[in-house]
Amino acid sequence: MSERVKPRKHRMSRLERKNTLIAYSFLAPNFLGFAIFTLIPVILSVVMSFTEWKGGSLTTMKWVGWDNYATIFNTAKVGKQMAENGFLAGINYFFSKVDLGISLKNTVFFTVVTVPLSLICAVMLALVLNHSVKGSVGFRAVLFFPYVASMVAICVCWNFMLMKNGPVNQMLMFFGSSFNKSWTADSKMAMWAIVLVSVWRNMGYYMVIYLAALQGVPRELYEAATVDGANKWQQFLNVTLPQLRPTTFFASIMLIIGCFKIYDTVAIMTNGGPGRATKMLVLYIYNEAFTNFNYGVASAIAMILLVIVLLVTILQFSMENRYSNN
Amino acid sequence: MKTSAKVFNSQDQITPAKILVYILLILVSVFTLIPFVWMISASLKLDREVFTFPMQWIPETPHWENYQVIWTKVPMLTYFKNTAIIAICVTFIQTLTSSFAAYAFAKLNFKGRNVLFLCYIGTIAVPWQAYMLPQFILMRSMGLYDKLQAIMVLQAFSAFGVFLMRQFYQNVPSDLCEAARIDGLSEYGIWARIMLPLSTAAIATLVIFTFVGTWNDYMGPMIYLTREENKTIQVGLRRFIQENSTDYHLIMAASVVSLVPVTVVFLFLQRYFIEGIATSGLKG
Repeated sequence: MSERVKPRKHRMSRLERKNTLIAYSFLAPNFLGFAIFTLIPVILSVVMSFTEWKGGSLTTMKWVGWDNYATIFNTAKVGKQMAENGFLAGINYFFSKVDLGISLKNTVFFTVVTVPLSLICAVMLALVLNHSVKGSVGFRAVLFFPYVASMVAICVCWNFMLMKNGPVNQMLMFFGSSFNKSWTADSKMAMWAIVLVSVWRNMGYYMVIYLAALQGVPRELYEAATVDGANKWQQFLNVTLPQLRPTTFFASIMLIIGCFKIYDTVAIMTNGGPGRATKMLVLYIYNEAFTNFNYGVASAIAMILLVIVLLVTILQFSMENRYSNN
Repeated sequence: MKTSAKVFNSQDQITPAKILVYILLILVSVFTLIPFVWMISASLKLDREVFTFPMQWIPETPHWENYQVIWTKVPMLTYFKNTAIIAICVTFIQTLTSSFAAYAFAKLNFKGRNVLFLCYIGTIAVPWQAYMLPQFILMRSMGLYDKLQAIMVLQAFSAFGVFLMRQFYQNVPSDLCEAARIDGLSEYGIWARIMLPLSTAAIATLVIFTFVGTWNDYMGPMIYLTREENKTIQVGLRRFIQENSTDYHLIMAASVVSLVPVTVVFLFLQRYFIEGIATSGLKG
């Protein structure tokens, strides 16, 4: 099927066409599926956020411009607050009363707490496992396991363990705590329950990534540092940490995006409650779409998520270029 | 962190620092495994024994019959069957079509290659939750709502698979393909006889991640599959939990059963899992 003889100039175009056809035949099976089920929906999602649709026949879908965005930002009430009590009062109203504001606040809080905690645990574990420890393969597998275990089973188990009379509260009581409620029923602790489960699940995964990075740190750097009289702690600060910086950057980007997309944990453990204490962006999208059937509004919230994730990704690309240029 | 830094000088002899490291590792492992241990422990109790004070890790009389009861209360077998069908089909389609497309992107010159690849890359950054609604409407209008096929096509054509395979194929020397071309092998032959055998490591990674990802997927089946006979294990388990929310022991027994397949897969293939992330995860 391919040419035995190296192509000469005047035959290029025919050969090129043939090569292109062969290439397309390789691409077609995947691309058809990808185009129909991913690419077109991605494009349509932008359009849908400007329409109103309550389900039913597609002909009932109608263009409403920026209305959905006005709805989710509740511009009427926020604007009124701003006009009456000043700009800050409006912002305050948005983040304490409006669903989108609350979901954003919760998601950002969750991200800001979970990302550093996961990273710190992962780095520490990787540093420990990177040294000649007997059974390190076993430890590695154990720590990684939560990542492959399914969320429904994990979350419901943690839910039970964090119950009023559950083992966690019993243990805390042993250490003198007087907390005597189910974590997921308490408006403050519910968020920490989700953070706990997320960190517990993330740390093994990122530990593996850090382990790979640690193995790539050149031995000579440590030798040079030893010659210069640096102690182990100084070596850690001045050799290990800087060498891990690209990994840390990559891992934090992945974690941030993952945190913004959180759904399973929240849906199973708290369903956004108590009240709206753990309401997050994706749960908000899901509820608007599949409980209230406001597909247009849900799409507008989805666009907010999209913009945030894209901004983080663009940041990653530009920073990555900076690293590779150095 | 100080303790771990100190370990540098101790290679074989037992030092206080080393003992500290082991204690730390064992503590973290216990923290990691405790939910699973508790799950098994609770699954062998009576419901009123689950939250006793002080708590009992090993039940006095293990109630193995819990594991029989759940099969009669929940159609677990149907759930397993559905999940297995979906996971196997998705993994097969995904691996085959991804490696096919990746070969074109990595080793063939054709018009529009960069634009098409950009389309793939661009959508990797778009979270599924952002476009799940138009996708849902599209699928519904195609009559795929509440069909297992919906989850299959939803998962099977991810851009990630193509990206992963392309990264791997690019590291295969082009001279190898060129030599095969001169020997008269067609492009399909090169893909089948050279690229596929060389890329077993990448394929293993993709297979494992697709399989586990599909097996554990919750939100997709939650949206698409409503009829009882179509539910996957995750959604089915969730339904069972909601309907029997105080049968703690049975919920835990069902949870244990739902974890068995992934646990088995993980135990056998954990090396591939970990190496897969270590190499591909870093590249993103």
